[in-house]
Amino acid sequence: MPHRSLFFLLVVLGALMRPAAAAEVRVAVAGNFVPAMEALEAAFEAETGHEVTLAAGSTGKLYAQIVHGAPFDVFLAADEDRPARLEAGGMTVPGSRFTYAVGRIVLWAPDGAANEERLKAGDFRRLAVANPSLAPYGAAAMQVIGAVGVEEALAPKLVLGEDVGQAFAFVRTGNAELGFVALSQILALPEEERGGWWTPAQALYTPVRQDAALLRRGAENEAATAFLDFLRSAAGRAVLERYGYGDGAE
Amino acid sequence: MSGADAAALWLTVRLALVVTAILLALGTPLGWWLARTRSRARPFVEAVVALPLVLPPTVLGFYLLIGLGPASPIGGAWLELTGGTLTFSFTGLVLASVLYSLPFAVQPLQAAFEAVPEPLLEAAQSLRASPLDAFWSIAVPLSARGFLIAAVLSFAHTIGEFGVVLMVGGNIAGETRVVSIAIYEAVETLSYGDAHALSLILLSFSFAVLLCVALFRRRPARAV
Repeated sequence: MPHRSLFFLLVVLGALMRPAAAAEVRVAVAGNFVPAMEALEAAFEAETGHEVTLAAGSTGKLYAQIVHGAPFDVFLAADEDRPARLEAGGMTVPGSRFTYAVGRIVLWAPDGAANEERLKAGDFRRLAVANPSLAPYGAAAMQVIGAVGVEEALAPKLVLGEDVGQAFAFVRTGNAELGFVALSQILALPEEERGGWWTPAQALYTPVRQDAALLRRGAENEAATAFLDFLRSAAGRAVLERYGYGDGAE
Repeated sequence: MSGADAAALWLTVRLALVVTAILLALGTPLGWWLARTRSRARPFVEAVVALPLVLPPTVLGFYLLIGLGPASPIGGAWLELTGGTLTFSFTGLVLASVLYSLPFAVQPLQAAFEAVPEPLLEAAQSLRASPLDAFWSIAVPLSARGFLIAAVLSFAHTIGEFGVVLMVGGNIAGETRVVSIAIYEAVETLSYGDAHALSLILLSFSFAVLLCVALFRRRPARAV
């Protein structure tokens, strides 16, 4: 029965190549936001039945991929700059851009002693920071270091991660005693492993505003619009708060 | 090209030179042993040597981040001795690169040593040459091409290293900021001009190296 086996083959192939369900939203998300995003995803899927697919990466890489036609519906960046560039380039739905989260940076010491005095005393070998020319969290960290007045003293102790995720990894693996990381990263750890952290006053650095945008590909996608609405809803903001982010009104 | 880029280039060349020297010193006895031994351990050692060919650099980088860190025995001992950490240092990069490029030195050397005819060595021994003497005056000259290929490949492969350095380097100018990292940063910050300049240098260099190796492999062996 060659016809039947051919039919069977087509069914199997069809199942394997199943096009994305209509109500699927593909979200390109900055690395630091992934833990919060996973919680948002679960809540959103339970509430709406839509499906979320995540692509995590650094904001710069995701930006370059979107410019070159990557199939994402929503972009959750770690800065304001890249979504604004996309908007200027006509790659987003006009007017869809908004600040979905404000990141908080903290000085983290797993051994517990993290404060401004320790930064000044410099009694450590390595301080991990995200590369300030690549990552907004790194730029914010450098502003705090400058405000405390230890920029020159600390220069030889700095190690740069390509993003705040790598800065976190350097401290977590014990290669640096201290590091400027995102509060959200520490809150994602089990309580007994959090050590101590110091939250610099918001006045010491430009707030890390993380902007979202609806990309052109997602313009007609109801799941994409629904997800962005969910992000702004009370339920969405509660998740953000739990993971250490402020909302855009801050 | 900026001064920072030139510094990254020079650092990369320095790293590659040091690593090549160490790999030749290390690869020669190891390659000789692998070529001559009848030990049952041989396939295991061969597999370990070849691991960096197959492993993603992230795996090696991850283990090195933990294995060289101050909390590890090696990283801790280094810290006691020198007062500095192995990760984020030039020495750490040398160590990482030696592991990462090991097969590129050992495999050509082993192949060259395997081609040295046993009777020649036996003849030397019957003339009362010590094994070391026989090695230097017979095996080494016969394996000259193997040494050259091992050196060129080790050097080139270290120049092209990226993933491991990204994971244990910490991007420190003059210490761990090698060319591949500088290019990565230039691309990420949309400085395509710098990225082009450095990439073109690496592309031409890599092509020249591979061309040299190909030419050397083609040339018929000289009569002994």
